[in-house]
Amino acid sequence: MKELKVDPIKNGTVIDHIPAGRVQRVLATLKPRATDVVMMGMNFSSKAMKKKDIIKIEGRELTQNEVNSIALIAPAAKVSIIRDFKVAQKSRVEIPKRIEGLVACPNPKCITNAEPMITIFNLEDSSTRDLACQYCERVFTADEMTHI
Amino acid sequence: MKHLISMRDLSADKTLQLLKLAERLEKDPSQIDLSRRVMAAMFYEASTRTRMSFESAMKRLGGEVIGMVGTSGTSVEKGETLADTAKIMARYSDIIVMRHPMEGAARYVSEQVDIPVVNAGDGANQHPTQSLLDLYTILKSQGTLKGLKLALVGDLKYGRTVHSLAYALAPFNPTFYFVSPKSLRMPTHILSDLTQKGVSFKEKTTIENIIPDIDIMYVTRIQRERFPDREEYEKVKNAYIITAKLLTKAKDNMKVLHPLPRVNEITTDVDSTKYAYYFDQAENGVYMRQAILATLLGEAK
Repeated sequence: MKELKVDPIKNGTVIDHIPAGRVQRVLATLKPRATDVVMMGMNFSSKAMKKKDIIKIEGRELTQNEVNSIALIAPAAKVSIIRDFKVAQKSRVEIPKRIEGLVACPNPKCITNAEPMITIFNLEDSSTRDLACQYCERVFTADEMTHI
Repeated sequence: MKHLISMRDLSADKTLQLLKLAERLEKDPSQIDLSRRVMAAMFYEASTRTRMSFESAMKRLGGEVIGMVGTSGTSVEKGETLADTAKIMARYSDIIVMRHPMEGAARYVSEQVDIPVVNAGDGANQHPTQSLLDLYTILKSQGTLKGLKLALVGDLKYGRTVHSLAYALAPFNPTFYFVSPKSLRMPTHILSDLTQKGVSFKEKTTIENIIPDIDIMYVTRIQRERFPDREEYEKVKNAYIITAKLLTKAKDNMKVLHPLPRVNEITTDVDSTKYAYYFDQAENGVYMRQAILATLLGEAK
């Protein structure tokens, strides 16, 4: 029998195929509630990724919007909604066309870094994951972004 | 068109409408009346030419101007946010013209107020009224925008003006010569954009050989403040000095443009040649800004 390193959950969300080392950033982005039961796994072996991280959240089904908010950190993540120990729904993360208030603009001369305002990025190219700042108009790759 | 923030927002049709209106206003400014309209100039950094050109444009159409230059003595110094300052200005005026050192500042203000906003320069990002007056100047001096051969000379790496101009002319089947020192080449992302748009261009490090071939020579200043390394600046600062002698082989219709201020990149003996057009270019700024103000204030007929 396959050894289970993390207990299965009855109801909730499993996020698999997070790049190794990024689980804490993913969790910080999802902003779990104080009462959420969360399991984090780090450096599990993976055929596709060699090493991967994993998150299980008991008792909470993430919405597609919440899931998509991690797309910049974990573009290959797979999300499963679990109901009564069974996978009820599977989806992949997708970078939203418009990302509001999630990441800071890497351009120090951008107005978003000087005024109390919400950043807005528009997806220029989903294949290269290029994002354009709505304000300074500069284009950045997803990897250059830091989450707020 | 509610605001003028970036050349990226402007369709080719809208651009042509503005060019036509500028032409009409140059001939007869009396067809538009902006009396009892107030323009608020929010200049967070000094800019003599752009600000005075806007003031002249507004006043010659009968309008009034209020505003600030620099932040000393204003509520900005007391820590007021840009959004608050803009909201107050919007209660005092009918249109805001703003320059700000931070990129995206004008876009942000346009989202905060109900009146039109004109971007008069936001850091290294956009300066659409300069791009439009450059287009108007090229159109006026050549009679067309189509199929021209243009040399863009000087700092092509950091020069916001030349980047905008290259994009603004791209739909009109231009041939560009990008003339710069190797360290100040046109950024590769712009070159690949132009290639994608089917625009033909050549990169050059010297200007002499192409002078007989071009219709427009657009010269920019190599700015010392752009160089982290003084030595690097000293190496390239005198790379392209345009003299009257250099222009002897130019075509009759060739015009030299410069966004000004110039330092030494165009010698004063060029001023009296038929090729000098940079002072006309500055004057054209007034007509183009009249067209922009009238359009955004809903008075363009």
